Amino acid sequence: MKYIVLMLMLMLFSLPSFAAIDTFKFDTDEKRELFRQLSEELRCPKCQNQNLSDSNSAIAKDLRVELYRMVVDGQNTTQIKDFMVERYGEFVLYRPSVNSLTYALWYGPFVLLIVGFIIVFSLSRNRKSAKKIVTNNAVQNASSSTQTDIHQQRLKELLDKKDD
Amino acid sequence: MRRFLLFTPLILCFILGALFVKGLSLNPTDLPSAKIGKAFPSFNLPDLKDGTQKVNEKSLTGTVRLVNVWATWCPTCKQEHSFLNKLAKTEGVEIVGINYKDERSKAAQWLKRYGDPYTFNVYDEKGSLGLDLGVYGAPETYIVDVNGVIQYRHVGEVNAAVWLELKVKMQALGWSADKS
Repeated sequence: MKYIVLMLMLMLFSLPSFAAIDTFKFDTDEKRELFRQLSEELRCPKCQNQNLSDSNSAIAKDLRVELYRMVVDGQNTTQIKDFMVERYGEFVLYRPSVNSLTYALWYGPFVLLIVGFIIVFSLSRNRKSAKKIVTNNAVQNASSSTQTDIHQQRLKELLDKKDD
Repeated sequence: MRRFLLFTPLILCFILGALFVKGLSLNPTDLPSAKIGKAFPSFNLPDLKDGTQKVNEKSLTGTVRLVNVWATWCPTCKQEHSFLNKLAKTEGVEIVGINYKDERSKAAQWLKRYGDPYTFNVYDEKGSLGLDLGVYGAPETYIVDVNGVIQYRHVGEVNAAVWLELKVKMQALGWSADKS
């Protein structure tokens, strides 16, 4: 019974990305790693939201074979990516390259972040200066009230004088 | 002025909303070919009917034509086949076929049974030409101009509605029905 449970639990660990690798043999670990990395980073053209290692579509299988051939051939990441982009367009890259078309994609979030900081900063500064104005007004009011006191007193003095 | 600034989040929301609504009406499977405006990839593959004869990209110059990627295992290809027959016969369109990852005998049988709209067929057994073209699913139909440059790609069935679009594009490239 224990063994059956153990076996059933082990079945839960059959990850699809491992399945894709097992059918290919590599002579070095670097090549195996490159293949794994690229088959996860390249997008299947047919099935949209899957990478090459996830997808079971015919084109993904073909591209895995092609990818394997190129990796074993000793080609590097740039060469392989160029090969794919040349045929299937930028679409196949889950991590798009940085060029004039993708500047907004890469740097847009940072620009928005900076804009956000500027807005928050200027808002808080406005609030501070608004407070200052309020206190200034209060001081002025206070001083003007003392002035009226002086005037009143003066007026009273004058009135008193007239009585004499 | 300051009052107006308070509306910026609302305006941003509207702009984003408009973009999202636009996104809903786009077809996500519609992906532009990376090969538009580029010469048809060079190849040297056997003809489907006569295996001893080789064909290459030079056979794709001289006139504006359609290049249709098809296979007997592809159900949509069967769906569009009768329309391709009609195009070749009544509209006088020159269609070159690429028999993609198929078996020669099956393909020959198919053409015998359903009719043959193709001027000739490239027998791409391994799918090597398909790979160089960036084919990701049959059927795909390309417009190739006089100089053998790819001008347009349609993925999926060619039917009357699609043909209207293709026709306009082909005419813009100097194609006319009566010429051929």
